[in-house]
Amino acid sequence: MSSVAVRACGLVKTHGQGQSRVRAVDEVDLVVPRGQTLAVMGPSGCGKSTLLHLLGGLERPTDGEVWLAGRRIDTLGERALARMRRRSVGFVFQAFHLVEELSAAENVELPALLAGHSLRQARRRASLLLERFGLADRARHLPSQLSGGQRQRVAVARALANDPTVVLADEPTGNLDTAATLDMLRIFEGLRSAGQTLVIVTHDERVAATADRLVSMRDGMFVDDTRLAGSHPRGLGGLIGLED
Amino acid sequence: MQDAVLAMLAKEPSHGYDLHARLRRSLGPLGESMNRGQIYVTLARLERAGLVVCERADGLPERPERKVYALTPAGQRRVAAWLSEVGWPKPDLAEFHLKLAAAAAARLADPVELVAAQRRELLRRLREAQQTALAESAGSGAGLLLEGVALRLQADLRWLDACERAWSAVDDEVGGG
Repeated sequence: MSSVAVRACGLVKTHGQGQSRVRAVDEVDLVVPRGQTLAVMGPSGCGKSTLLHLLGGLERPTDGEVWLAGRRIDTLGERALARMRRRSVGFVFQAFHLVEELSAAENVELPALLAGHSLRQARRRASLLLERFGLADRARHLPSQLSGGQRQRVAVARALANDPTVVLADEPTGNLDTAATLDMLRIFEGLRSAGQTLVIVTHDERVAATADRLVSMRDGMFVDDTRLAGSHPRGLGGLIGLED
Repeated sequence: MQDAVLAMLAKEPSHGYDLHARLRRSLGPLGESMNRGQIYVTLARLERAGLVVCERADGLPERPERKVYALTPAGQRRVAAWLSEVGWPKPDLAEFHLKLAAAAAARLADPVELVAAQRRELLRRLREAQQTALAESAGSGAGLLLEGVALRLQADLRWLDACERAWSAVDDEVGGG
């Protein structure tokens, strides 16, 4: 098994034609080892969401390569790409994107069913995931009957349904209030310590600070790559100025 | 620290040992680096300032000669003043702001680079504070304190974004002109 979950080489994505042509992603190279949580920050329009879509096979690059778990995906045909997305990638979106007509449990079961698992397997997996995120008593509720924070927890459960190689989250707390954002921080911290490979695009410094590593994007390029993991030499007391 | 130790004595006279334990409980993991020596140094200063008095109490046989500290009337007044004071720790933004201006003026360093280095440092601290906060049980006093630390770091990081935008614009003008 490859120790690299996601790899991108010379990734380019252009939008528009002629004079109005824009390089949304401009020659990006990226390696995300298995088990790493990576945060991507940058101002609106810097290309971070486009990058996420390219990594997850939702969009195809104009140039360059995308590899997932040792397999090149940008050259796959439509059907093979869709199959790969269902099995190997979990998406979490700002606007949740749950199926409104299905219950929380059914939303979480859906990816497993689409990937060819039996209903029994899908149900068992869904009930474990809902339990893990404190939603066991909400399983039969429709998304419209849930709070924003609960909906996003259902979305995270759904993203994990097929035990994906990587979870890609695009502004996961963008529509959440402070309390629900704190829940989400706890969930990302849990995923990180459980060794789930995770790429989070975010505006929120606190969400970014759950990651092991942070890249900053400007105009389609990486301008900074920081390792956040590792204890601070000054220790916790230094955080509150206790030395004085 | 001096005010906090004084205020803890308002409830009842106490030993340095107890004060240390109470501080540690309130601060949780943030107080781990604090040693008992710091408490005794603080108590000695307060005693010299006439804010506490120290009496030798009959200790237990295994811990003889324990010192018990109590507030003097002056100490009580100081605690009352501290509690009613509307103070807030000053964030040290001016120093960093002046550092950027001086670095740019003397062309000693690129302000945008200084901002980036500062951001990396604050993000590491934020990560540490947040991980520690998430490991605390809900409703613990230390968790609440750490939440405050995290929120302040977040505010500082947002200010650094504003610094970066401003100094990048200066760079562009110089580069373009």
